[in-house]
Amino acid sequence: MAELTYREAVSRAIAQEMERDASVYFIGEDVAAAGGVFKTTEGLFERFGPKRVRDTPISEQAIIGAIMGAAMNGLRPVAELMFSDFFAVCWDLIANQIAKTRYMTNGQVALPLVIRTANGGGVRFGAQHSQSVEGWAMAIPGLKVVVPSNPVDMIGLFAAAVRDPDPVIVVEPKVLYATKGEVPDGEVVDRLGSAKVLREGSDVTIAALGAMVPRSLEAAEALAGDGIDAEVIDVRSLVPLDATTILESVGKTGRFVTVEESPRLCGWGAEVASIVAEDRFFDLDGPIVRITTPHIPLPAADALEDLAIPSAASIAERVSTTMD
Amino acid sequence: MSTTSKPVADEQVRLDMYRMMQEARLFEKRAQDLFLEGLIKGTSHLALGQEAVAAGFAAALRPEDLVYCTYRGHVHTLLRGAPMGALMAELMGRANGICGGKGGSMHLTDVSHGAMGSYAIVGAHMPIAAGAAWAAQERGTGQVVVCFFGDGTTNIGAFHEALNLAVVWQLPVVYVCENNLYMEYTPIGAVTAVANPAADRAIAYGLEPIVVDGNDVDEVFETATRLVDRARQGGGPALVEAKTYRHGGHSRADPAKYRPEDEVKAWLARDPIPTYRDRLLASGVNATTIDRVEREALELVDRATEEAKAGPYPEPDALGTELWADGGSAWRS
Repeated sequence: MAELTYREAVSRAIAQEMERDASVYFIGEDVAAAGGVFKTTEGLFERFGPKRVRDTPISEQAIIGAIMGAAMNGLRPVAELMFSDFFAVCWDLIANQIAKTRYMTNGQVALPLVIRTANGGGVRFGAQHSQSVEGWAMAIPGLKVVVPSNPVDMIGLFAAAVRDPDPVIVVEPKVLYATKGEVPDGEVVDRLGSAKVLREGSDVTIAALGAMVPRSLEAAEALAGDGIDAEVIDVRSLVPLDATTILESVGKTGRFVTVEESPRLCGWGAEVASIVAEDRFFDLDGPIVRITTPHIPLPAADALEDLAIPSAASIAERVSTTMD
Repeated sequence: MSTTSKPVADEQVRLDMYRMMQEARLFEKRAQDLFLEGLIKGTSHLALGQEAVAAGFAAALRPEDLVYCTYRGHVHTLLRGAPMGALMAELMGRANGICGGKGGSMHLTDVSHGAMGSYAIVGAHMPIAAGAAWAAQERGTGQVVVCFFGDGTTNIGAFHEALNLAVVWQLPVVYVCENNLYMEYTPIGAVTAVANPAADRAIAYGLEPIVVDGNDVDEVFETATRLVDRARQGGGPALVEAKTYRHGGHSRADPAKYRPEDEVKAWLARDPIPTYRDRLLASGVNATTIDRVEREALELVDRATEEAKAGPYPEPDALGTELWADGGSAWRS
């Protein structure tokens, strides 16, 4: 057992898979000698050499296209997309090519590839470097999407992503890179499509993702002081989605709240809420509540950004209101 | 245009290229007919007139090499060796189609023959081809990747990103611009900063500017052989611009009225197939041999058409298959 930061967990995750499988390659902007702009890939270049850990030009279409082509011809490549906002400049490759090619070719083409990307706000980078775009990826048939909320999940879900025969987007909440967590020694491998109940409770189910997970846990502790016993689920995997764990929890608590960092419209919670409404309507004791950022681009100023993104206090307050 | 001396292809290769052009031509014509009969739905982008580019390259490749092409990709896929009946069936939306009916005209793919897909978003396949070449390089497979694209592609970002990466990483990939002079409906020259949309950009990436007569299959073959061999030996990528002309419109919906009559006439006179027939005859190939190639090509297309027509429509169950590698499309528990 060792205590690692989330950013250390990223490089450990990549190293674990590159060590295990010689067909795993890793490319991206400033990921090699520089160790990544978030220092998440330090040491990999020295350990695996300039061929397997490779810097690219600032050419996101080339980066994503290259891993797709490489996956078609025998590699299991991993690309870092420095900021998830850059999906917007290579979305054709992701949404039109990577997501659809297996289906369009009736299974002739397998694409075992991983795109890692730093996502979300809380670091005062402004509207073009702070978005939560997991919902974009989730909306396209053919992409798997996971969002690890802590170091051990980062390693385990990344390993599962690399070993999966389908394309997987690993979304890393950049505000969590400095956070720490216990990681067991030896190989860590998790499973896609599995949510986790992090706090058991009987009064309300709070489903959270990424950076909203620690905030929801903190909110649950505050709520406990007010006599509200919240169950907190880390959704972890948007596609495939572990609806079973969420529905079982709602069956027990009778109340359901999502906590999403993304803007309001079409956030992942909208889909999950609709599943709960369809499958567990008669178990509900009150309306489903979605806690999201407002439907705005994120502002840079800390005072404004903090207002926009759900906090432990705002989550606790909103959950408390819905219990009345 | 570069000058062609004595062709490097021997007589067997030349006859084979003639056969390929015939099969490609007759396949495309049949596809056109089947559209008019309502047996093929949707759209199609025929390569009538451009067969020499496909045949010249196909003849220069090895079975393990990989080809990426565009939505105008019927003939590239066919000439890699994909079964014609399965291609025709795919156009007709049948279960015996090469992609089970899920791809259609713009996405013909036959991985088992190294036809790695037809890509319908302009430029997208250029970096993908670079990636396949990168894997070939790292795995030491000796494969060369050939990526065909149209003149319109030269003005999209992916073209430039892919060329730069291919050169920086010295990848075994040959990029082939099929310059048929029209983007879709607009002349490429009217919207492009340089006269040769691909070749004039080559120097920006440290590549040799190469223009070939895309209606001369010998010239295409000679250039293809040189560049593919060089790439295979570690000499890095290449960019070729093949000047050619499509006999019809951009797609099924386009009667191509925007093209000057004398221009069309001049290019039809340079149709790569009859001109090559004449050249073969002049070089001493006997007419009986050529006639047999033509007859066999027609028989092949007839059989493929019957095979396709006899195919069943896809079962409803097929709708939810092959999104994921487990064969299904489930997204939740």
